[in-house]
Amino acid sequence: MKLPTINDNPFMKPMEWASLALLCAVIFLVLPLALDGFRLNLVGKYLTYAFVALGLVICWGYCGILSLGQGVFFGLGGYCMAMYLKLEASSVENTKIQSTPGIPDFMDWNQITALPWFWTPFKSLPLTLIAVVLVPTLFAFIIGAAMFKRRVGGTYFAIITQAIAAILTILIVGQQGYTGGINGITDLRTLHGWDIRTDSAKYILYFVNGGLLVACVLVAQYVKRSKLGRILVAMRDKEDRVRFSGYGVASFKIFAFCLAAAFAAVGGAMFTLQVGFMSPSFVGIVPSIEMVIYAAVGGRLSLFGAIYGTLLVNWAKTTFSESFPELWLFGLGALFIAVVLAFPNGLAGIWRQHVEPLLTRRPKAAAPAALPQGAPAE
Amino acid sequence: MFGDYSLGDLGAIFAMQGFAGLILFSVYVLMALGLAIIFGQMGVINMAHGEFMILGAYMTYLCSTFFQAHLPSLFPVYFFVAMALAFVAAGALGMLVEWGLIRHLYKRPLDTLLATWGLSLILQQAYRSIFGAREVGVELPSWMMGSVQATDTIEIQINGLFVMAITVLITLVVAALLFASRYGKQVRAVMQNRVMAGAVGIDTEKVDRLTFGLGCGIAGVAGSAFTMIGSTGPTSGQLYIVDTFLIVVFGGAASLLGTIASAFSISQTQSTLEFFLSGSTAKVLTLLGVVGILMLRPQGLFTLKVRR
Repeated sequence: MKLPTINDNPFMKPMEWASLALLCAVIFLVLPLALDGFRLNLVGKYLTYAFVALGLVICWGYCGILSLGQGVFFGLGGYCMAMYLKLEASSVENTKIQSTPGIPDFMDWNQITALPWFWTPFKSLPLTLIAVVLVPTLFAFIIGAAMFKRRVGGTYFAIITQAIAAILTILIVGQQGYTGGINGITDLRTLHGWDIRTDSAKYILYFVNGGLLVACVLVAQYVKRSKLGRILVAMRDKEDRVRFSGYGVASFKIFAFCLAAAFAAVGGAMFTLQVGFMSPSFVGIVPSIEMVIYAAVGGRLSLFGAIYGTLLVNWAKTTFSESFPELWLFGLGALFIAVVLAFPNGLAGIWRQHVEPLLTRRPKAAAPAALPQGAPAE
Repeated sequence: MFGDYSLGDLGAIFAMQGFAGLILFSVYVLMALGLAIIFGQMGVINMAHGEFMILGAYMTYLCSTFFQAHLPSLFPVYFFVAMALAFVAAGALGMLVEWGLIRHLYKRPLDTLLATWGLSLILQQAYRSIFGAREVGVELPSWMMGSVQATDTIEIQINGLFVMAITVLITLVVAALLFASRYGKQVRAVMQNRVMAGAVGIDTEKVDRLTFGLGCGIAGVAGSAFTMIGSTGPTSGQLYIVDTFLIVVFGGAASLLGTIASAFSISQTQSTLEFFLSGSTAKVLTLLGVVGILMLRPQGLFTLKVRR
């Protein structure tokens, strides 16, 4: 893999500014103008996964930590948001018919008569917004501290994060009275009195989501360009050498893992707001690994590539599973294998190898034939 | 939680749950053995391991329907044929996969994880297209049905005993193969130092391929044994893969004995807890315990002392 060259550019190269402008144009102009409300909401849903992919670029691509449990953080963020929305939707007037009015309906069905203690903070919006980021980040910090301080890494870390995803799914499904079980938390209506189910609300949420995504890209870019980012790359390539140079390797790894978790959590919360429910099916092993493939397809070393990769894979998933449901899993499986065997740097790698030289150094007449459409990156 | 049971009842409960745990243990050992060989010896993360197991299960299902339709007189012994067939089919597929996919990725273990996950999706969909989405069960021959009444309160199923016997047999064969044969010596040499093993004339590519095939073949036999105690569906393999990986990691990746010890402790804990708590709580507690211990002791229960 090519190391990013040390340069004097403070923040971004011209090429990256161009990519950022293009990304903003795609998210804020092209997609809203080209798609109807329903499709735009769908794209908004895909973009919430892009937060996870973005975190994985930092954590996996730059720092070399493959986490197969990003669904955990996506889910925790989403659940925090959903708990607030659910409490607002189950006001005493709305739940008059229950035997205990004022608590969520699934608790009433499970013979729970008082609100559990961990639900009470979610009555307040500011506390919820803090919890959305803080709870998953703290959880990631605990996992990361326990693992990296003991120098557990690589495949072992991947397997253990996967086990944690499995545990959390079983826990959420099993504790139906407290979490809503396999159905998740559904029937969400308003955010601080603002109805999120109307078309205009979905429109606004899409733009909020896009804005947050661009903000996360900038944060990630800042980390990547900083000295910290360079240490992350150094650790990925030669961990012992960084350790012997006097850096606390574990702390840097914990930071990268927590940052990825925080991104995923923001994505999860936006998912809940835009889609209107949260369920354990976004927490488990299968969604977590699928999120890794978004980053892999886009290019594990490219922030912009990860976003386009997420959009592309999800668009393909929706299209194929609408028209040929049997073929989709074959296609997804083949995609995993092809990306690993033939394109380890994903779409961004193809772009960088074949397209960028043409644009920057020696412009040629003929463009390469095998250029994927709509997927420029960096 | 013990209050409602008398001492005799408790003894019987522990014996019965212990036995149920032993059956779970046998399946875990069979699955984990294959994985311990592939992950422990070769360092390859095979996420499609569960699907190799399901291939064995479907082979057994095919055998049972074939014998029922065409050779009813041999039906009582079809299971042995089915197991051999499961081993051959899963092993052959495993060798093919090693040749086409794994051998390009030995230096990138995290990428094998993604590639084999893709393979597992493809296999799942293939099973769904060929055998249908519904779970299938096999007909057991009459001698495997029923149970032995040990005491008034303790009953032991014959098929469970059979699964255990198979497990012991296969474990012994694998141990003999790895620790007492020329091939086993080569496998261990390649595992410890690939370059050096190549330099002294071991065909490392061939050893890799055979070892991967062997691990997958054992998974196939595990699937075959699995049909005796549960039904098989296209996604059954995925349910077991996390447990199996945890067992191998918990036991210490390169140690066969560790794998068996960890499979034993995990299955016994889980099945004993299952009686007193709900199934999901038991599972969560067991897995949390394993993850907790792994955080304290990342190298697992048993480790090989090898200079790297």
